[in-house]
Amino acid sequence: MWSQLTASLTDGLLLGFVYGVAAMGLTLIWGVMSVINLAHGPVIALGMFGTYLLFTHLGLNPYLALIPVAGSGLLLGLVIYVVAVHRVINAPHLSSLLATFAVNMIIIGICTAVFSTSPQNIDYSLGSLEVAFLTIPASRLIGAIGAILVTAGLYLFLYFTRPGKAIRAVANNRNAAELMGIPSSQVLALSFGLGTMLAAMAGGLIATFFPFTILSGGPYELKSFVICVLGGLGHPLGALLGGLILGLLEGLIPTFMPVSWVPVLEFGLFVMVLLVRPSGLLGAK
Amino acid sequence: MKRVKNCLVMVLAFGFLLAFLAAPPGAAAAEKTILIGFTASQTGKFNVEAIRQINGLNLWMSQVNAAGGVKLPNGDVVKFAAKFYDDESKKERVQELYTKLISADKADFLISPYSSPLTDAAAVIAQQYNKIMITTGAASDSTYKKGYTLVYQTYTPASRYLTGAVDLLAKLAPTAKTIAIIHEKDKFSTDVVTALKTYAEGKGYKVPLFEGYEPGATDFAPFINKIPQPVGAIMGGGHFADTITFAKQLYEKKINTSMIALLVAPPEPKFAELGEACISVIGSSQWEPQVKYSPEAAKKAGVEYFGPTVEDFTKTYQAKYNGEVPSYHSAGGYVAGLILQKAIQQAGSTDTAKMKPVLDAMNLMTFYGDIKFDNTPKAHGLQVGHDMVYIQWQKDKAGKPVKQVVWPAAAATAPAFVCPTR
Repeated sequence: MWSQLTASLTDGLLLGFVYGVAAMGLTLIWGVMSVINLAHGPVIALGMFGTYLLFTHLGLNPYLALIPVAGSGLLLGLVIYVVAVHRVINAPHLSSLLATFAVNMIIIGICTAVFSTSPQNIDYSLGSLEVAFLTIPASRLIGAIGAILVTAGLYLFLYFTRPGKAIRAVANNRNAAELMGIPSSQVLALSFGLGTMLAAMAGGLIATFFPFTILSGGPYELKSFVICVLGGLGHPLGALLGGLILGLLEGLIPTFMPVSWVPVLEFGLFVMVLLVRPSGLLGAK
Repeated sequence: MKRVKNCLVMVLAFGFLLAFLAAPPGAAAAEKTILIGFTASQTGKFNVEAIRQINGLNLWMSQVNAAGGVKLPNGDVVKFAAKFYDDESKKERVQELYTKLISADKADFLISPYSSPLTDAAAVIAQQYNKIMITTGAASDSTYKKGYTLVYQTYTPASRYLTGAVDLLAKLAPTAKTIAIIHEKDKFSTDVVTALKTYAEGKGYKVPLFEGYEPGATDFAPFINKIPQPVGAIMGGGHFADTITFAKQLYEKKINTSMIALLVAPPEPKFAELGEACISVIGSSQWEPQVKYSPEAAKKAGVEYFGPTVEDFTKTYQAKYNGEVPSYHSAGGYVAGLILQKAIQQAGSTDTAKMKPVLDAMNLMTFYGDIKFDNTPKAHGLQVGHDMVYIQWQKDKAGKPVKQVVWPAAAATAPAFVCPTR
């Protein structure tokens, strides 16, 4: 029982770090521009495909491939912002929701035509690590380390760089930031770019341990919503914390009941947090 | 005398000429193109299996048309054409598309989509519109127990899918006493493992874990962590995408057991992409290129042999599809067409009413194995002739993964071995 619980919690925790990175992208976009990005799932899947293509066609190590994937994610985010989001940024929420939903459908449509929906797999194994009675797949461990590095990088960027501080200023009060000479449109575009970059990087990490199709981003998008609410909408560190809690729950629940109860309890928690503490654990800033 | 002979020849010649000219125009040999309608999961989670199935069916169609079609007793020649739509591996698309195939496209016969849930949705439409449907890629028993009279199954039913693996386990690891069953929660896989559990318990095995995962699952760690140790065997799985991931994660988690027997994915050539993780995994297969069905075997069994030999099918399939080795999904697609061809040929007609008794009484051997349908009202159309074979991924001399038939013993190309310690 204890060995099963420990193994499950370890697996869940490691996965939770990656969930955290995926949710961080969503929460950043929400926090800065109050846009619910429904193209988040397909962007995660694009990150998976980017890593896969760089690995299979250029022979690039999948972890090194995360660098170009991150760059492409940033660029893609800028393009999506300019084309679909910028014009509706001040419109009611439904407009931006529909705009990002349209982007979601376009990405899925194009990628289904190009890649089909056959599952793809990055055939790159680092073996497993045995610690006492635990067997931990090395890819999950590296995924967790990658997630910690990405979070640290984002934290340093937001708190110690000029553009990062500008993003926080716009998130706090856009009008005041503009009065201080901060070009809010550029900052919003950068925020959207960073959000999609994080989603793409999360996708790249997930692709190293699970097979995927263009539709694989969907479940992570849903989990990201739960995590964002749990950690506090608009709070990147809250997203990581929420990811870890969700991962731990996914490890804990199957030990005591059938795995099919996991989404029931996850979404139950989602509703409960909305009712009891709508600002989330760390509260929106 | 000579004059009388000449007169007789003249009269006969005149008679023939008159008969020929007086014959109604319809009596002349005519070519008739029969439309076969089906949906194919070109996208979605079934697309690997479904594309192979269509490949098999298309090969049959091109061969039968190239050979001049099927000649009917009245001299007519029947040729075949296909009309299909992508069902996106979604059940809700299937009924709409099959109705369109029948009503708008005027399909004469139907072939099922891939998978039991999609076929279950399509079968009701076939019956409703009085169309014969040959199902392939659809093993679930329950579809054939709903009172349909025009739906005929090519696959060995799900209830007999993994039971042979229990018999193999008894032989391979007599000390094994437990079987952990982890399966996809869809119609087909649930039918298979429910029958497997009953069979295993009947043989004295304990089933300490019997749990299902949602279709589309990618993380199997929560299930793998629940497998009690030591465990005699791990069985289950579902379809290609989930089962290949399950096998990979069992390897990564270094789970030790005597046998891993999974559904659908192991017989697929693509399963070898798992590398070391595929070694020792056993899969139940409807057909393998190594099977030994032949005209001689049919003669010995006292049944008719129909269609190409195993070698001919494999060779022509590889020639048509760039060397791709046919899987049982491909063979299933081909044989669905072959059954239709045989039924038309024997009935001498493409009329549903005339073909139905022929299909009900069909008992033949093909390169794919025996074909015989249950013709009782209780399970009409259920496949009762065909048997499964079990394959195991082993290493060849160069150390590369290679598929071997390991069960039943009579069909084995290599002996099975216990999973090595991971």
